[in-house]
Amino acid sequence: MSRWITVEKRETPPLGTRLLIPLLALGGTFLLTSGLILWGHANPLRAYYYFLIAPLSSRFSLFEVLVSATPLILTGASVTFAFSGGYYNIGAEGQLYAGAIAAAGVGLLVGGLPVPLAILVLLVSGFLAGMAWAWLPAWLKVRWAVDEVVTTLLLNSVMAYIVSALLNGPWRDPESGWPQSPEIAASAHLPKLAARSRLNLGFLIAVLTLIVLWYVLNHTAFGLKLRAVGLGKSAARFAGIPVERTMFAAALISGGIAGIAGVCEVAGIQYHLIDALSAGYGYTGIIIATLGGLNAWGVGAAALFFGLIDTGAQTVSRVLGVPVYLGEVTQATMLLVTLAVLLLQHYRIRIGRR
Amino acid sequence: MEFIVSLLTATLRVATSILLAAIGETYAERAGVLNLGIEGTMFFGAFVGFYVADLTGSLWIGLAVAVLSGIIAGLLMALFSVTLGVNQHVSGLGLTLLLSGLALFAFRLKYGGRSTPPSIEPFPLLSPFRGIPILETLGEQYLLTYITFLVIVPLAWWLLYHTDFGLKVRAVGENPEAVDAAGVDVYRIRYLALVIAGGLMAAGGAFLSLAQLGAFTHGIVSGRGWVAIALVIFGNWDPFKVTLGSLIFGGTFALQLRLQAMGLQLPIPYETFLALPYLVTIAALVIAGRNAAYPAALLKPYRRE
Repeated sequence: MSRWITVEKRETPPLGTRLLIPLLALGGTFLLTSGLILWGHANPLRAYYYFLIAPLSSRFSLFEVLVSATPLILTGASVTFAFSGGYYNIGAEGQLYAGAIAAAGVGLLVGGLPVPLAILVLLVSGFLAGMAWAWLPAWLKVRWAVDEVVTTLLLNSVMAYIVSALLNGPWRDPESGWPQSPEIAASAHLPKLAARSRLNLGFLIAVLTLIVLWYVLNHTAFGLKLRAVGLGKSAARFAGIPVERTMFAAALISGGIAGIAGVCEVAGIQYHLIDALSAGYGYTGIIIATLGGLNAWGVGAAALFFGLIDTGAQTVSRVLGVPVYLGEVTQATMLLVTLAVLLLQHYRIRIGRR
Repeated sequence: MEFIVSLLTATLRVATSILLAAIGETYAERAGVLNLGIEGTMFFGAFVGFYVADLTGSLWIGLAVAVLSGIIAGLLMALFSVTLGVNQHVSGLGLTLLLSGLALFAFRLKYGGRSTPPSIEPFPLLSPFRGIPILETLGEQYLLTYITFLVIVPLAWWLLYHTDFGLKVRAVGENPEAVDAAGVDVYRIRYLALVIAGGLMAAGGAFLSLAQLGAFTHGIVSGRGWVAIALVIFGNWDPFKVTLGSLIFGGTFALQLRLQAMGLQLPIPYETFLALPYLVTIAALVIAGRNAAYPAALLKPYRRE
């Protein structure tokens, strides 16, 4: 038996290799995407300046990076929670919109409440809505062993139609006729953290969520059980862990966190429910959770970096006319390149026939 | 009667793209690889087919290049899931995000400045049964629909169940260690299965842009790849049962199109109908998928010790 590329296991990765991994991943990604930049008639070096350096050079754009990172931190945390328990929730996108619908609806009713209470009500209802939308696939999984990957994906499509039905029906703006819900009460707007910027309380909520995620996963009995189920269901069952119940709880909490992401976008940025509320944040959350190694701090770092890429892609598009989708391509490329490079840690790749 | 015939006619048309992709996924999963790159491969195939057809003026060249792009996507999936042995959920979704991003990037770059959405003259409908009642309407289909139902599906069944290649594909999806011990190259079989899968998925996407629509839009695939994955489970990895599943989805989709076209004044929003095929797919999955016999080696990377 022979083939051109073989992968062999090696026991301990050399230190040099481990340090090299992030650099190789970054370098590989930029090399691959610079072809696209050239195709878009721009100079890759200039593009990467606007992509990665320019957003950090002004106060406003720096805050924009944090604004972009906010939903990504939350969906990354959501996915991390589910994946840690071996539950493949690919439905964060739909659950985010469920939370957004709750925020847009409840936000209309809380006008009489003091600000902290109004915001708390919004967060709780968004969490519950995300949980509710995550309930069916979770129940089908533990009750009938129906594959959650497929059901959560299909429900994302269903949710897109629900949002469309709301925006073209009862919530269509009566004055402008735009497909957007009425503006939520002022008491439900998340307070700004800095003047003349869009940075708001949502960012702090996201950071707090990360801290809770870290604590629960690493310092509670539930987190231990969850990770045991994620590592191997039969071993966990043998150890007396209620596998189904643990997975079910992980699925619902994951949905709830994604719901919070929707609340933060509605109450922190848009103040309306709109069709394009999420630029695929639910799916990007999967990349972030993976790059972050299903670890809270890793998720935080990956989300900040992806927030930088999102902001940078806007700048590149504005200044150099390269389509803004460069950001998405870069993020996906980075995931794939990193996955490949990570293997260098444990495997030696041999090229040529044996 | 007329209503039923026209409904069935539309069902066959709508089912074609999903069926092509689902047959592709059947090959992949039979060999032990869940290819979540399906949605992106369809989307990319839809774009490449449209772009090349627009550029060259030939729909067939467009289709051929789309299939080629799907083959490359399949090779990429194989590189990650087979050679590198990366988690199949993550690498598949990564591939979908990459290909979707690439298609959107290229579409914006090539057609961004236009005020009207670009379109092409799509494949014509054939009507080989002129003058025969019912069949005349029912048979009014695209050549690709005929090829899909009469060639691709039976061929998949024959290949998988009645050839040495099919035996090997099914065996590497069940017990790769044993197949390896018997002297068969597991990697090679999985690569081949993923290449066939990618080509069929891209053809399914290109059918949408080159036949059904004659245009490319952001929502052209809108979850059809995920439906195809559900149908493969529903059909128990058997090409004919998968076909049945795609007809159920196609039928529901065609029905909602008819109901919308009838302009009934209903107290429910029209999006209910649009969401219906997805809900029916979930229901079908729950009913038939509970006893699904997954290929035993699905999701498990194989590595020689």
